[in-house]
Amino acid sequence: MPEARETGPAGRWIGASVRRVEDRYLLTGRGRFVGDQEPPGTLHLVLVRSYAASATIESIDAAPALSHPGVVAVITAADLDGVAPLRGVLDRPEFVPTDMPVLASGRVRHVGEPVAAVLAESAYLAEDAAELVEVGYGELPAVVSAGDALTAGAPAVHDAAPGNVLVDVTPISSPGLDEIFASAAHVVEVAVSTGRLTAAPLEGRACVAAFDERTGQVILQTSTQIPHTVRTAVAQSLGMDEHQVRVISPDVGGGFGQKCVVAREEVLAAAVARKLRRTVKWVEDRREGLTSGFQAREQFYRVRGAFDGDGRVLGLDADIRCDVGAYSCYPVTCGVEVLMAANELPGPYRVRSYRARSRGIATNKTPIAPYRGVSRPQTVLAMERLMDEAGRVTGLGPVEVRDRNLIDAAEFPYRNVMRVSYDAGTYRESLARCAELLGYTDWPAVQARALADGLLAGLGLSCFVEPTAYGTASFGLRKMTIVPGYEQATVRMDPSGSVLVLVGTHSHGQGHATAYAQIVADAVGIDPGRVRLRQGDTELVPHGWGTFASRSIVAGGGAVARASADLAGQLRAIAAHLIEAAPGDVELAGGRAQVRGDPATSVPVAELARVAHHAAHLLPDGLGRGLEATASFDPEGTFSNATHGAVVEVSPSTGAVRLVRYVVVEDCGVMINPMIVDGQVAGGVAQGIGAALFEELCFDAAGQPVSGSFVDYLVPTAADLPDFEIHHLCTPTTRTPTGSKGMGEGGTIGAPAAVLNAVNDALAQVGAAVDRIPVRPADVVAAIAAARGADLGRAAIGGLAGSRRET
Amino acid sequence: MTDVHAIRVTVNGTEHELAVESRRTLADVLRHDLAYPGTHIGCEHGICGACTVLVDGLPARSCLMFGVQADGRSVETVESLGTPDELGPLQQAFTDQHGLQCGFCTPGFLMLITAFLRETPSPTDEEIREVIASNLCRCTGYQGILRAVRAAADMGAGAGAGAGADVGAGG
Repeated sequence: MPEARETGPAGRWIGASVRRVEDRYLLTGRGRFVGDQEPPGTLHLVLVRSYAASATIESIDAAPALSHPGVVAVITAADLDGVAPLRGVLDRPEFVPTDMPVLASGRVRHVGEPVAAVLAESAYLAEDAAELVEVGYGELPAVVSAGDALTAGAPAVHDAAPGNVLVDVTPISSPGLDEIFASAAHVVEVAVSTGRLTAAPLEGRACVAAFDERTGQVILQTSTQIPHTVRTAVAQSLGMDEHQVRVISPDVGGGFGQKCVVAREEVLAAAVARKLRRTVKWVEDRREGLTSGFQAREQFYRVRGAFDGDGRVLGLDADIRCDVGAYSCYPVTCGVEVLMAANELPGPYRVRSYRARSRGIATNKTPIAPYRGVSRPQTVLAMERLMDEAGRVTGLGPVEVRDRNLIDAAEFPYRNVMRVSYDAGTYRESLARCAELLGYTDWPAVQARALADGLLAGLGLSCFVEPTAYGTASFGLRKMTIVPGYEQATVRMDPSGSVLVLVGTHSHGQGHATAYAQIVADAVGIDPGRVRLRQGDTELVPHGWGTFASRSIVAGGGAVARASADLAGQLRAIAAHLIEAAPGDVELAGGRAQVRGDPATSVPVAELARVAHHAAHLLPDGLGRGLEATASFDPEGTFSNATHGAVVEVSPSTGAVRLVRYVVVEDCGVMINPMIVDGQVAGGVAQGIGAALFEELCFDAAGQPVSGSFVDYLVPTAADLPDFEIHHLCTPTTRTPTGSKGMGEGGTIGAPAAVLNAVNDALAQVGAAVDRIPVRPADVVAAIAAARGADLGRAAIGGLAGSRRET
Repeated sequence: MTDVHAIRVTVNGTEHELAVESRRTLADVLRHDLAYPGTHIGCEHGICGACTVLVDGLPARSCLMFGVQADGRSVETVESLGTPDELGPLQQAFTDQHGLQCGFCTPGFLMLITAFLRETPSPTDEEIREVIASNLCRCTGYQGILRAVRAAADMGAGAGAGAGADVGAGG
């Protein structure tokens, strides 16, 4: 890791691993999370949730609950007259909208769907009383898997979608593709699938809603990544103007996408607070989080690749299914996985012809939302399995076949088959570097030695491009009815020369207070310690879209950089007036302004700030009278790239997979704070490894979730992970003011494919393979048994007998 | 509401007397009755460890303990380790090594490691990894936490952790 430091290199703060300013209060228990708020008189809201996956609601008897001590109210859908459901919409014909009711009315469509809310004087009493609410369900057959949902005659999750297909897109169908496949030297096919996941931030979702009698405002404190969008949703649902809703998102304990959509519970808390004129607090417990919190990632890919005799890909043909659960999330809809899967499959490869069909299939399971990387972990998994298979079929091996197909540095900006323009990157270079770091040329010998030791060793690679920071143009193409993408920042210097940054992004672990301060510090010539960040309050910060999709350092950082440049111009003009110089000759550095190269003219920035506010009469009209600038930035999209490499050891007897090495070579352009970048990569890789080996939300045949605790849903621990080896290449982008690209999701995107390829490299020695993640020990044992049954690799397995060392 | 007990509990050296319902968790007592909100609740079933505090010097999941069980005992929370102006050595190591991102799990890790380093001031890397595996972090991939504990141990944070030595005597 780059050494933490308190000073910038070469007089610049951008590029320095400045210790995070957030750390001091978070490390000392002085952070303030939603659950910490509990003003006197707070009512605690506990939800009665459906235990049936699909049912009609025949009756709700709240009387026993209402007579329980401390209970103030039991709210059902009947009490929420005029509160509209959440309706995420794509304005395109291939999309069927589904209303997500705030409380279920007449019908439930997944276990955990909110049916009634109990309000009591304590959380304990509310939980007691929730047990007493009698809901009569008329159970209906549930559709539990995407396969079942597509079966003829399957029950419809929504009447509006009789075949259970909510989205069905074919965004591209290149002419002549069938002929390309018919005449290709090699046709390679893979089928991969991925288990259902959830983001599982350590702080679950939570909100505290109050009604301000003085202003008539609903004030909603909520653990969200997107305060302004929550305000829009709540205002729309409650039929209020946006100024009548104030959303505050204080410290947030992780989000990873799950909190970048609007939850029913947020609207509900606001509606109940308004109705009862009381402060209402809801804190999700972990069982709720794992069963009712937004889910993700249950996808199925069948991908065919046509290759010429030299191993160059000629065409791709993909069929993709995403199990999107019971409702569309707001605002991105259940199409979020479906569209990104089809649009981004070709990745870093030079694919000229492409056809993809991608469907979003409704099931009686908890709805999906974005989860770090959205569909990219899957598209990369499919493509990287395909590349390994192509390397095998052509005899080129995994490195050479990738190298022949990766976009070359000379081809940037590269317009891909989907008409998306990639800025410059280091696709081939990162592969070469990663292979070198892994000792790829010596790998066969290493693998043979492990085999002699009774272990199946495997090496896996994963190359990808990480499209980040979509702007309004990209989001507009999706046909969302509200289109995110730009960001605004206000940079305000106070009379003592310190700067306050107000921005619409929302840091919840990414260190924006530090990174933005570094950007301001370089522009204005002050120490980053003199810069503070204000975020997460719709009443105070400019309208913005929050933090998701690796957008903040690009969109938010871009806006901060532009506003800072404006502020710096104002300071130079004031200094020029005071020292009687031309503004263009004034430089700002080290907390002072001076004519370049003439220290005798030096004036402290703090003095300029004082004059601008307290002695503005000394300045001509148009200068001073406050010191503030606001700017926006609407990115055209930046494209980080990386190669990940994993080395594993697989125990043939227990099926256990042990990660031995994990190497990342990534390029995200200019790193504002390399320490934070490394932290984002590492955290992402850990989540990707979790997806590859450990995590899955399981359901029984009736649609009952059976992974309701951290005993069942296996978030990786320190014992499951090796030390990560993270390396950087740097190709500054010309598309952002700082040269930085977004990079928050790459770790999660690359890891599943690297790990699965490594496992399969190991298993290939015994003729076995797995194509589904998570790869559980039982899957490995079953794959080896199947290979043995198929009489493959018998000699290799026989050779292992009696000499196995468990991993 | 007859099920209420008077308890006396020392938190970070300050003695508190209060009445608690028998089923009220120690985590809720600390957070909401005694205003030590730095102790966080992440799972309420003893797996994630965000709520870890020290009870008589030993790490305990405060979500799995009742407040009444702390009667007559001494509890240490994250608020005892330092202040924003003056971080303790382990906290300093966490910020130096980027051992935290969102900071929600961090108090639990700090308390777990504080007890660990008192008991094992010169741990091996394997011992560090094993104890870190007691708690969950979703942001860091544990890389910075592992480095931070190594760094804290190397600069003697465990040996010098005298602040809790007296209250740790019972452990």
